Amino acid sequence: MTRVEFVGLFLSTLARLITGAQGHWYGCPPKAEQRIYFANHQSHFDWVLIWASLPRELRAQTRPIAARDYWTNGRFKHWLTREVFNAVYVSRVRTDDEDPLEPLAEALRNGDSLVIFPEGTRGNKGDPQAFKAGLFHLAEQFPEVQLIPTWIDNVQRVMPKGEVVPVPILCSVTFGAPIQVEAGEDKRAFLGRARDAVIALQTVDA
Amino acid sequence: MGALRNLTVTQQIGLLFVIIFGVLTLATIASFLRSLGQLTSEQASLHERLKRDLRAVWIGTVLFWVSWVLGAFVATLLFAVVSFLAFREFITLTHTRRGDHRALLAAFFLVLPIQYSLAGGRAFDLFSVFIPVYAFAALPILAALGNDPTRFLERTSKIQWGTMVCVYGMSHAPALLLLDFKGYEKRGAFLVLYLVLVVACAQIAQEIASRRLRRRPVARHISRSFSWRAWGIGVLTGALVGGLLYWVTPFKAPQAVLIGAIAAGCGTLGELVMKALKRDAGVRRWGNRASVTGAVGLLDRVAPLCFAAPVFFHSVRWYFGA
Repeated sequence: MTRVEFVGLFLSTLARLITGAQGHWYGCPPKAEQRIYFANHQSHFDWVLIWASLPRELRAQTRPIAARDYWTNGRFKHWLTREVFNAVYVSRVRTDDEDPLEPLAEALRNGDSLVIFPEGTRGNKGDPQAFKAGLFHLAEQFPEVQLIPTWIDNVQRVMPKGEVVPVPILCSVTFGAPIQVEAGEDKRAFLGRARDAVIALQTVDA
Repeated sequence: MGALRNLTVTQQIGLLFVIIFGVLTLATIASFLRSLGQLTSEQASLHERLKRDLRAVWIGTVLFWVSWVLGAFVATLLFAVVSFLAFREFITLTHTRRGDHRALLAAFFLVLPIQYSLAGGRAFDLFSVFIPVYAFAALPILAALGNDPTRFLERTSKIQWGTMVCVYGMSHAPALLLLDFKGYEKRGAFLVLYLVLVVACAQIAQEIASRRLRRRPVARHISRSFSWRAWGIGVLTGALVGGLLYWVTPFKAPQAVLIGAIAAGCGTLGELVMKALKRDAGVRRWGNRASVTGAVGLLDRVAPLCFAAPVFFHSVRWYFGA
């Protein structure tokens, strides 16, 4: 077992021990298809939780988005996001000649799956904030990629903003049925529908 | 049965495992055969519950076996892990707030390990008072420092209660393993087995009796099946099983019967309390599919043990002065 595999196993075991990290697949089976999972964002722990709740064979192809300036300064942070999580780096500073979505589009062209948090920032509680437009543009550019709404429950209790040590509380990740851009649907209508699809997962029953 | 008592420890263990695993295998085969036939929906749901109980007994027995094989240290660790998982489930079901974060961290990462180290180190005097006295005072202090007065008493009492049941109660099982009586050294594991078997049998007997008898429930808003007669049958079964097992314990036969009855009574009543808690949390069954949060259903399995173990431990210790 290499060091990368070991750290990966260690982190997913830790996440499972603390949160249970249960994946509930309601709208779609856990299959190795190309997908974009879009989820509500409440805590730094969100990505690890989704990652740990995926079956192990899907983890390698499912990549998170990381801010380049934060996650590449410091050797350990860079190593962790690059080697273990295989993150897609995006820059937060906008330059005129560069499309901020380009690294994501490149990853999708390579056949990888992505996890994105379309709210852009962590919400404090209750319903997610309005979604940013990036999801719509990716959906238009890659109509063959499945868009899976994902609801992460309870994670804000595990590690509230400003705390560093997580408290053991069971969390669940619910995956819904795939959606896509309908013919003639505009950006606003689609983003609203995507957000509703995520919120609707809050109350699904077994 | 007196002859059984004079066997060596190894012989007793061999005999016990043959008996227990034999009975369990027979029960599993019987339940499987029954599931092949036609069942009405009511019979099917009863069968489903019996199957769950049976699986719990299997898990408990295998745990006991593992802890016997690997020794007291591993057993203590094993119970600590079970206790951690049960406590995690309990906290998931209660509504804690941001201000409780530090108190919860202390409960999980300080109180729990310290309590189990005390059990492992046989420091039984401190072990008995550590949570009721010291953790009782420390947890609300940490919660108060969290600077949030909203429903303060409710929140802290829930954390304290969870600590008492899931950590304090559960930690008495490995403590039994380590308890030394005169002339009964190194056989503590039998006491745990005695306790687990008595409580599990009482639970199953009560379950069957309440289905057969259809008595008026005592507390219908909490449990539709709990009646005094069914409970009495559960206690009697516990006493009987306790009596049959007297040769593995340091007790005389009548004492074994009495202590079995006490443990069975506590365990089954503890289950009723857990049912009340479930109703309060709005969960009907803590199965894997019951809630989106997905509590794994460990808590209602270990609850009877958590209630019975401290009473059992202290009555034994007090009576024998161990």
